[in-house]
Amino acid sequence: MLDKLKEIEKAASLEINDANSMPELEAIRVKFLGKKGHLTSILRGLGSLTAEERPIAGAAANETRQKTENLIEIKSKQLWETLLNVKLKTEKLDITLPGIHKEIGHLHPLRSAENKMVEIFVRMGFDVVEGPEVESTHNNFDALNSPADHPSRDMTDTFYISEGVVLRTQTSPVQIRAMQKRKPPIRIISPGRVYRCDAPDGTHSPVFHQLEGLVIDRHITLGDLKGTLDLFAQSMFGEGTKTRLRPHNFPFTEPSVEVDFSCFACGGKGCRLCKSEGWIEMLGAGMVHPNVLAGCGIDPDIYSGFAFGMGIDRVAMLKYNIRDLRLIFENDVRLIGQF
Amino acid sequence: MKVSLNWIRDYVDFTDNIGEYTEKMTMSGTKVEGYETLGENIQNIVAGKVLSTEPHPDSDHLTVCKVDTGGESPLQIVTGAVNVKAGDMVPVCINGARLPDGKVIKTGKLRGVLSEGMLCSINELELSLHDFPYADENGIFIMKESCRPGDDIRDVLMLRDVLVDFELTFNRPDCLAFLGIARETAATFGVKLKYREPDISPKNNGETVSDYIAVKVENPALCPRYTARVINNVKIQASPLWMRARLRACGVRPINNIVDITNYVMLEYGQPMHAFDYSFITSKTIVVRNASGGEKITTLDGTVRELDDTMLCIADGEKAIALAGIMGGENSEISDSTAAVVFESANFNRENIRFTSRTVGLRTDSSKRFEKGLPPYNALLAVNRACELVELLGCGEVVNGAIDVCQANIQPTRVKFDPERVNQLLGTNLSKEEMADILKKIEITADGNELIVPPYRNDIINTADVAEEVVRLYGLDNIQGTCFEGRAREGRLTESYGFVGKTGSACVALGFNEIYTYSFISPSFLDKIRLSLNDEKRDVIRLLNPIGDETSVMRTTALPSLLSCMETNYSRRILSAKLFETATVYKKAPDGMSDERKILCMGFYGGGDFYDMKGYIEAVFAFLGITNHAFVRDETGGTYHPGRCALITAGGKPIGIFGQIHPLTAKEFGLDCEVYAAEIEINGLYENRTREPQYIPVPVYPAVERDLALVMNEDTEAGEVISLIRKYSGKFLTGVEVFDVYRGKGIEAGKKSIAFRLTYRKSDGTLNDGEVDGAVNKVLRRLQEDKEIVIRS
Repeated sequence: MLDKLKEIEKAASLEINDANSMPELEAIRVKFLGKKGHLTSILRGLGSLTAEERPIAGAAANETRQKTENLIEIKSKQLWETLLNVKLKTEKLDITLPGIHKEIGHLHPLRSAENKMVEIFVRMGFDVVEGPEVESTHNNFDALNSPADHPSRDMTDTFYISEGVVLRTQTSPVQIRAMQKRKPPIRIISPGRVYRCDAPDGTHSPVFHQLEGLVIDRHITLGDLKGTLDLFAQSMFGEGTKTRLRPHNFPFTEPSVEVDFSCFACGGKGCRLCKSEGWIEMLGAGMVHPNVLAGCGIDPDIYSGFAFGMGIDRVAMLKYNIRDLRLIFENDVRLIGQF
Repeated sequence: MKVSLNWIRDYVDFTDNIGEYTEKMTMSGTKVEGYETLGENIQNIVAGKVLSTEPHPDSDHLTVCKVDTGGESPLQIVTGAVNVKAGDMVPVCINGARLPDGKVIKTGKLRGVLSEGMLCSINELELSLHDFPYADENGIFIMKESCRPGDDIRDVLMLRDVLVDFELTFNRPDCLAFLGIARETAATFGVKLKYREPDISPKNNGETVSDYIAVKVENPALCPRYTARVINNVKIQASPLWMRARLRACGVRPINNIVDITNYVMLEYGQPMHAFDYSFITSKTIVVRNASGGEKITTLDGTVRELDDTMLCIADGEKAIALAGIMGGENSEISDSTAAVVFESANFNRENIRFTSRTVGLRTDSSKRFEKGLPPYNALLAVNRACELVELLGCGEVVNGAIDVCQANIQPTRVKFDPERVNQLLGTNLSKEEMADILKKIEITADGNELIVPPYRNDIINTADVAEEVVRLYGLDNIQGTCFEGRAREGRLTESYGFVGKTGSACVALGFNEIYTYSFISPSFLDKIRLSLNDEKRDVIRLLNPIGDETSVMRTTALPSLLSCMETNYSRRILSAKLFETATVYKKAPDGMSDERKILCMGFYGGGDFYDMKGYIEAVFAFLGITNHAFVRDETGGTYHPGRCALITAGGKPIGIFGQIHPLTAKEFGLDCEVYAAEIEINGLYENRTREPQYIPVPVYPAVERDLALVMNEDTEAGEVISLIRKYSGKFLTGVEVFDVYRGKGIEAGKKSIAFRLTYRKSDGTLNDGEVDGAVNKVLRRLQEDKEIVIRS
């Protein structure tokens, strides 16, 4: 009997080895291990053995079954892998065909620019403050030390709702509101929409956007203004960007400066973007005028501060190389989709 | 303001390098916009002496000239002009010459005869009879200037100059004068200003100005200073070439010596002047007074102007002879026969001049200067300068003495000198002496703890002003960037600012593109979105001075802006677009200001239906943590499709509306496709947001789902059925979803079948079929009783 088991084991092993498909392998399993298989029929003969022989033969038969089952399982795995490999070969795709279009929306370039600008100043510890767009002439002009006959108040420059009410021409009135409410130290930025009577052209729009900043504390200096704008310039336009302060005049600040950034297109060597100057005019700034501080209840002999204001539209145009401001307000999805 | 550098060089020596000059001036505070080199385009045009003229052999209107242009041999030049004769000195274009208009002249043949250049007229040199009154406008320019053959024409006719265009700031009216620019130039380059006060030597014949004229200023508030001088024995003629050349370079047309002098002084001193013909001043009195209502004057431009009593005029004993500070009257104009002149040099109130100039619609070089607020200090100096020029030109005799009616402060002012505070403001560490040295460059002198400021600098009042002067001359480039000190703090967004950003992020994630549109719209937009006539959104804030009708009212709704953007894209054959804006709308507030609210306005065309729009809204709400919302049918129509529109509520309050845009509304915007949109108040979302989500344990026990296909009347809405299911389904129901709507075969007409998936779950154990069946059966029973809704067989 033991010889017979060995024989079965050997025969099964040979057949399993030669099997080429899963059905073939299954047929082998039935043939040797099935209910009517060779091993089963041998086990049926156990009853004719003696009590001493029976456990030995039983154990041997089980061993044969175990071995054969193992061989089948290993072979099965091999066959499956072979089949899979064949299948994978047939599933080869042209990976250069385009993906199926999935839509994601895009922020408007002005939003992208504003988000970047706000993020930079918030990291520096500035709070964002907002205020109304329909403003009193008091907040928009008087409190900002703008003389009563300053040309910016003309109806050719400023949109009026009524005699004392205008569409704000700058976000500075937000700073006035903040100075009246907060006590120094003040460190705020006010991004927002502003209005001036300019017919739309490549560089003008009756509606545009500004981000203004204000810092008030003891010992705030013009050097601090420069340092802050240096950081902003580098963060916004790249590490090598330099700033240049030029004297100017604004009612709100004294001393006042205009600030140029070194041209980020040519690195200051001179190119079309900077009109060969190496510098790009970027913003207006200065030390907050003592009249403005005093008007908001802040003692100009104790405190000082700086303020700056820049066009978000201008930054966006420069940063994203949009040459015509009108494109920004056209809202063609093929433009917005690029941001 | 355009400034002649030749003129500035009268007063200060500085670099010939224009690039360096403009750069340094800009950096010291007098910003240069650009510059123009005059005469640059003229090349190879020289003075030539005509030696002989002969008729052209083959033409009866051409002349062949031999011209000495300083070369070894004379040139032969053919000309069509008839006024040239031997001995004349003329401008000659030699071979390769370039005219101001860019035209190049080369040697060639005219009717077979060699012509080695061209003789020029004044027009070809872009000059006029105003520049050279003696020239023949119809022929070659026969020059009377002294010169030699071969001299560059630009030197002979004084055509060379550099004109620098300065952008002057509001605080520096003193720089509206070439003298002011010269001062800034001297300060910038650290050199001395070559200036002396005008020096006049009137005839000592016992006469003084008061023998000729009396001046009465009735309204000193509008005329703080009035100075005048009289010139006798005037000889009106053209002013000399140098004066004409300078005026021309600065864009002022030369007229005659007296008028040219007033213009010359205006440019140089920044002080507008006027010259009256003395003989026309009735009763030898000048009265500075407000016009009487309806009073008329014919100004020098020939226009009759009616004045009112807010306007200041210069009058004689009986009539107005000038509109103060703006323009003189025809009735006292300088003419060729003028024998005596009164020079006026006055100071007028800037606001009044500006107002009058606007009211009468006349802006002149004079009024433009007065509008800026000129220093009264200059008035007497300027009139003296005019007299000095009269003497220099020899065109009259200056009468002794000047009239000076002065209410203004013309003395130097004193301001506090606080070097420590200046350093504090600038972040510098300059000593008092260093600061004093810097300030000395602009003629501000230190006197102990005070600074003495010259009377033409009315803009220096406080320490901040002093700091500005110090830093611009010290050099802003020398300021080091520093980091401000103070308590450490983190910057924050306001919650609402952050929330608007988050709302935008949700829209972007759902495939919507952000748009930015104008806040003001055309009033017709309200008609285009078919608002009913009594809709409160029609109560708009109007601009008093809009650029045009299409941007004349502040929007009360963001929808038309969105639709208009869709129109733009649709008309460009973009087949579908999903757009959103976080737009501000403006509602009239009782105090005359506006109530401003942010609206999320989103929509799409070309792909998608009502349920897509609703799905987008629900997704935005889920992202923002809005859970207490509901949709309520709105059948108003008008803007939206009456059958496909819903109000959106949150916490029971309306916060928005959405639906399909009414096809007629869409058509108004050129959109002949289905358009969907939503308008939602962002503040409404903000108030109903989940502030900080709290973790609810993920279920551990399995759910049991039951799908029910229910047949109901067509007009029964899914929402009602869901409410009933929720109401009767017991505590284990955790969700009801619609997964199919069916009409047609197998369903009676007028009915529909909606398939619902009910999910049941216990949090503390596994549900058994009995529990679920019980709940479902109860629901089915109640649906049948209440609504005749039956399970589909």
